[in-house]
Amino acid sequence: MERAIEVRELTKTYAQGEAATRALDHVDLDVHRGELILLMGPSGSGKTTLLSIVGCILQATSGSVKIDGREIGGLAPKALPQLRRDHIGFVFQGFNLFPTLTAAQNVALALDLKGVSGRAARERASALLEQVGLGAKLDAHPADLSGGQKQRVAIARALAGDPGIVLADEPTAALDSSSGHTVMALLETLAHQRGRAVVIVSHDNRMLGYADRIVYIEDGRVVRHHEGVAA
Amino acid sequence: MRLRLSELAWRNLVHDKIRLGVTLTGIVFAVVLIVVQLGLFLGFTAATSGLIDHSGADLWITAARVPYIEQGVPFSERKLSTVLGTPGVATATKYIARFTQWQRPDGRQESVQVVGFDPDHPLGGPWNVVEGDPADLEAADNIFIDEIYKAKLGVTHRGQIVEMRGHRARVVGFTRGIRSFTTSPYVFASFKSAQNYATVAEDQTVFILVKAAPGVAVESLRARLLAGLRDVDIRTNAEFSRMTQIYWMFTTGAGIAVLLAAVLGLVVGVVVVAQTIYATTMDHLREYGTLKAMGATNGYLYRVIIQQAVISAVIGYVLAMAVSHFVVEGSQRGGAAILLPAPVAVGMLGLTLVMCIGAALVSINTVTRLDPAMVFKG
Repeated sequence: MERAIEVRELTKTYAQGEAATRALDHVDLDVHRGELILLMGPSGSGKTTLLSIVGCILQATSGSVKIDGREIGGLAPKALPQLRRDHIGFVFQGFNLFPTLTAAQNVALALDLKGVSGRAARERASALLEQVGLGAKLDAHPADLSGGQKQRVAIARALAGDPGIVLADEPTAALDSSSGHTVMALLETLAHQRGRAVVIVSHDNRMLGYADRIVYIEDGRVVRHHEGVAA
Repeated sequence: MRLRLSELAWRNLVHDKIRLGVTLTGIVFAVVLIVVQLGLFLGFTAATSGLIDHSGADLWITAARVPYIEQGVPFSERKLSTVLGTPGVATATKYIARFTQWQRPDGRQESVQVVGFDPDHPLGGPWNVVEGDPADLEAADNIFIDEIYKAKLGVTHRGQIVEMRGHRARVVGFTRGIRSFTTSPYVFASFKSAQNYATVAEDQTVFILVKAAPGVAVESLRARLLAGLRDVDIRTNAEFSRMTQIYWMFTTGAGIAVLLAAVLGLVVGVVVVAQTIYATTMDHLREYGTLKAMGATNGYLYRVIIQQAVISAVIGYVLAMAVSHFVVEGSQRGGAAILLPAPVAVGMLGLTLVMCIGAALVSINTVTRLDPAMVFKG
C-alpha cells in the first residue's frame, strides 16, 4: 500500500537547557492509505505531540516527516496551512464545531477555506452529511445535535477538503458507547473503503477492534506495535 | 444554507445579542459624541462669522489693526465719501456691530450686540426673517431680534417696547437661527438707531461695507481703496470671516475644547469597541484555533474579524445618524446650533469604519499569535 505518512527519527523537545522536556524521542512510524491505526499510551506519553507534528501544526526538533511523500520539515511556516487544507482532515475530542453555524454551514466552512463556496459548497456539504448519516440534520445547529451526531458532523467537515489523511484526537472520549462505535465504524469505513490513512489517538480500549494496527507510545517512544483485529 | 465569509462574521456577532448591544451602544455613543462635538464646532464657527458671511459685502473697511468683528473701533464716517468716490465701488455703507446693554421687562440687564446697517442698502441686514418686514427698520428705534433669544431678552411679541442703554426701541420683527457665539444676541437696527444704542458718535462708523461693481476684481479694488484711505485696514469678506473664526475658535481656546471633546469621543469609541470585539474574539478563540488547524491563513481570520468590525460599524453608524438627526434637529431650537453637513455625515461613516477596524487590531494581534495546537487540548 502507498505510504501516506512516513516518520523517521522524530524528536520533539520543549523548552531548552535543564528545563528541556523530550516529548518525542526518535520515533519511527509509517501509515499507509487504507489503514487505520490507533496511537495509544498514557497521558503525557507524546501521542498528541506526534499527531500535531504529523498534522503540520507543530514543528519537530529533529527528524523527518513526509506527508504523501513530501518532506514537511523544511517547509516555511506559511506553507503549512495549505498543506493542512489539501492533505489532512482533523477530528477533535471536543468536536470544535462552530455553534453559530448549522451542520451544513460547518462543513461548508471547510470548503470555503479551499475556495469552494456558493451552490457547489452547499451541494458538497449536503453530500458529505448524507455520507455520515446526517442528511436530515443539514440545518440543525450543534446545540441541537447529540454528541455522536456532532462528531459525525466533525468527520464530514474533516472530509470536506477530500484529504488523504484523517487525524482524530480522542474522537470517542466524549461519547457514549453506542455513539463511539458509530463514529469508529465511520472512521473505519473511511480507511478501508475510501482508502484514507486514518490515525486515531485514543485511550478507549473498546475501540481496539477497529484498528489495523495499534502503536503504543510511552515517554515519547514507540514501545511496541501490534496488528489489530481489523487487519 | 448559504455560507459566505461575512455570514460567519455576522453569526459570530449576533450569537451574543447582549454583547452586540453593548458594542453597538458603544459605537452609537462615540459617533453621536463626535457628531455633536464636530457639529458644535461647525455651528460655533459659523456663528462667530455669521454677520460677515451674510453681509453680502466684498470688502470690510475697519479701523487699523482690528482683529475680529467684535473688536471694531469707531472711525470717521467721512471716509465713506472717499470710498464711494473710488472707481469700481458699486455701493458702500456704514455698519456697526457693538456690544451694549439691554434691559429686560423685569429690570435684569442682558448684554446684546447691536447691528446697525442702512436699510436702503442691500448690505449687512438681517436674514432668515420669519416675522416682520426689514423695511420697517428704516424707521427710528425699530429693531429685529432672533426668535431663539425671545426668552433671554424677555420679548413676547412683535410691537413690544424695550430699552437699550436708556433708549426705547420697538421689536418689529424676528429672524430664525441667527445665533451669536458670544451669547450676546444680535439686535438689528438702522445705523442711526444703532449709533444711539451703542454710543457711537454721530460722525463715526465702526465699519464700512463695500460691494465691488460687477467685473471689478476685489483685490484691485482693495488696492485702490488703500491708496485713498489712511489709518484703516481693508479685509476681503473671506479674510475677515476667517480672522474672526480663528480668534474665537482657536485664540480663545473654545474651539480646541470642542475638538478635544470630539477626539475624546473617538477614544471612548475605540476603547469600547475594541473591548467588545476583543471579548467576542476571546469567546470564539477555540473556533479560530480550529480554523487555523483546518488550514485557514491568518489573512482569512483577519477578514472574519474585520468584517465583524465593519458590520458593527455600519449598523452603529446608521443608528448613530438616526440619533444625531434628532439631536441636530433639536439643537435648531436652542442657543447652540449643531451643524451636520452632508460631507461631515459621509465622513463620519469613514471615521466609524476606521474606529471599528482600528479597534479590531487588538483582536487580530491575539489571533495572529494563536497556536492551532490548542485544538488538541481537550
